[in-house]
This record gives sequence, C-alpha cells and structure tokens, in this order.
Amino acid sequence: MSITLTLIGQSIAFFVFVWICMKAIWPPITEAMAARQKQIADGLAAAERASLDLELAQKRATDELKDAKAEAAALVEEARQRAAQMVDEAKEDARAEGAKLLEAARADIEREVNRARETLRKDVAVLAVAGAEKVLGQAVDAGAHAALLDDLAKQL
Amino acid sequence: MASGGPLTAEGYIQHHLTNLVYGQFNEGHARAQASCQEHCVAVGDWGFAQTAEEASQMGFMAINVDTMGWSLVLGLIFLFIFGRAAKQATTGVPSGLLNFVETIVDFIDDLVRSTFQHSGNALVAPMALTIFVWVFFMNLMDLIPVDWIPFVAEHYLHIPFMKVVPSTDPNITLGMAFGVFMLIVYYSILKKGAWGFFSELAFHPFPKWMFPVNLILEGVNLIAKPVSLGLRLFGNLYAGEMIFILIALMYGGLVMSVAGGVLQIAWALFHVLVITLQAFIFMVLSVVYLNQAHDVMEEH
Repeated sequence: MSITLTLIGQSIAFFVFVWICMKAIWPPITEAMAARQKQIADGLAAAERASLDLELAQKRATDELKDAKAEAAALVEEARQRAAQMVDEAKEDARAEGAKLLEAARADIEREVNRARETLRKDVAVLAVAGAEKVLGQAVDAGAHAALLDDLAKQL
Repeated sequence: MASGGPLTAEGYIQHHLTNLVYGQFNEGHARAQASCQEHCVAVGDWGFAQTAEEASQMGFMAINVDTMGWSLVLGLIFLFIFGRAAKQATTGVPSGLLNFVETIVDFIDDLVRSTFQHSGNALVAPMALTIFVWVFFMNLMDLIPVDWIPFVAEHYLHIPFMKVVPSTDPNITLGMAFGVFMLIVYYSILKKGAWGFFSELAFHPFPKWMFPVNLILEGVNLIAKPVSLGLRLFGNLYAGEMIFILIALMYGGLVMSVAGGVLQIAWALFHVLVITLQAFIFMVLSVVYLNQAHDVMEEH
C-alpha cells in the first residue's frame, strides 16, 4: 500500500478524462438542454399569446354581434316607423284627395246649378216677355226693356 | 491463495488487500539475488510481483495494475455512457439515456452554479461531473461481493491478486486529489499572479514581518486540501471494504452464514449511501477549493 507510479498515472488519467468531458461531453449536453429550455419557454409564451389573441377575437366577435343586433333592431324600428309614416301619409293623401274630389264635385254641382239657373233665367225672361206680349198685345221691344228683363232674371 | 499456504483469516485479508503490482525489481528482492532458485529475475527487470512482500519492496517504481486498470475501465465507461448521450443530445424529445444523463448534468450544473461564484471557467463543471461519476463508479465496485472478481482472476486467469475497488487504493484517491491540487495551483497563479499567490500564502493571517509563520500555516493549509481530499475518500472506502472482507470471513456453518448474509445486505445498503456521499463530497470540495483559488483577496 505504498505510494507508487500509480498516483501519477491516475493524475494523468484524471486530466485526460476531465479534458475529454470538457471538450466532447459537457458542451453538447448543456447546450441541448439550454436550447430545449428556450424552445419550451418560447412555446409556452406562444401558447399564452395565442390564447390571449383568441380571447380578444372572441370579445371582438361578441362586440360585433352585439353591434349587428343593435343595428338590425334599429333598422327594423326605422322600417316600422317608416311604414307607419307611409300609412299616415297615404291616409292624409287619401283624405286630401277625397276632399279635393268632394270639392270638385261640389264645384261641378254648383256650376250645374248655376248653369240650370242661367238657363232657367233665360227661359223665364223669354216666358216673361212672351207673357207680357200676350198681356199687352204688342211686341215688347227686347232691346228697350233689356234692363228690366235682366233685373227680372236676376231676381229669379 | 497465491502463496499456496493454508487458508487463514489473516492470509485471506492480506490477500484481499494486496494489489497486483507491475514494477521494477531491485537488489532487495529475493528473486533478484544470487541465491535465487526459481523464477529468477535480474535487478532492474520489470515484472509482476508474486507476493505482497515483493510488491512493497519495489518502492515507487511500480504500478498497481489492478486498481489503475479498473479505474481506467470505469472512467472509460463513464466517457462511453455520457459520450453516447452527448451524441444523442437533441432539443427534441430526449431518449431514456439522455434523460438520465441530463438529470445528472443538471444536478451538477446547479451545484456548481451555486458553489462556484466566478464566471467564465469552462472547466469546473465538467470536472465536477467527471469526478462525481467516476468516483461513484469506483466506489460502486465495493458493492460487488468481495470474492467474485478475485476468485475468477485467480482460478481462471491465473492472476494472483486483484483489488477491484480503485478508491480503496490511496494511490488512486491521492492521484485524483493531486490532479485537483494542480488545478488549484494553476488557477491561483493564473488569477492572482505568482506574486499574488505567494503573498496570499506569506502575508496572512499575521502581519508581514511574521511571514515565515504565515508561510508555514498557509502552506500546511494548502497541502492539507488535496491530502484530506484523497485520504477521506480512501479511508471511507478502505474501511467499508474491510468490513465486507470481515463479513465474508463469517461464512461457514449455517448460523454464521445466515448472520453474515444479513450483515452483508445491511452493510451494502448502508454503503450505497456512503459511496454516493463520498463521491459527492469529493466533487463539492474540489469545486470549493477551485472557487477559493479564483478568489482574489483585497490588499491589506
């Protein structure tokens, strides 16, 4: 159990093994581990980002849906109002048209009456003249008595 | 037994604690002397020691082939497993092996990050990984029943001695600690300069005029680092191995065999903790020492 050359041999072996480990074993393993760690961290970050994006998109979709619904409701409401308005307008128009027709009819009737009255007047004047001629036995000068006849006709 | 003598408890233990030594024969060896009868060698020849005595007579010029060999094999197994994982390294879904290796690498990385406060040193973390796994593998050999490999080696491969747990050999543990020590000195000089390193040793903790005292104190402090590092691991594993050997001696007779089996399982379970802990301590202390080597003290 004395100290021999073995000691030096073991020292040399120690250095050789440490050197091999340092050159060929340690770096690739630790680098691979570090790279994998980074990859996993990146993956996790990406997943988190994706879930955040998803959440945002969902929120946006909900918002848009809500907007669309509100818009649709507004449109329907507007249409309803418009329809009511149109109906009102149509009613108004119809009423006005009716009134106008009524007016026209009335005017027509008036005119007819006037015309009848006119004719009647003329007829009365003629009848009056004829009557007077009969009474007086002579022709009444229509020209001389025009004023009188007109006055008569007006009284009818 | 290699000696061919009767199987005694002492001989059994002795056999288990003897390394397979390849070394240089010198004048002290019986087989190198003129009175040699058989298997003679010449002084200066290199060869395997056949007995524990021969091995110890060889002195420094010898290699513990068994512990050194197992140490290298285990180190290569470490490089092979982790090298395969490194080749498979991908940012995609990791395979089972890669997953396992990454768990260990991540554990070491975290530990080094929290212990080693200086940035920009690419060596410390891989060194910690190498130490931890390699020492763990070396310690793990302790859990293989003490007779399996030596028995096969002796009876089928005709290898007289086979110590399979490298970390029960002080040469191995001190060899690694010596490697760490060289790194400590290297980084101390690199970060503080030779003069800065010297002044750190010479001008603390007492005032400058007492620098011989400082030098002795700090020198002991410095030397104690690798020595304690190596001897702690050696002591723990040697003691553990010793207990396994003593338990193995109990076998024979029904009651003793059952008791031995129970003891061996209990000790092995406990030892799982010890070997992991010792590998961990060796690694953490190496990192701490290197961290200290990087600390540049402010001038007083």
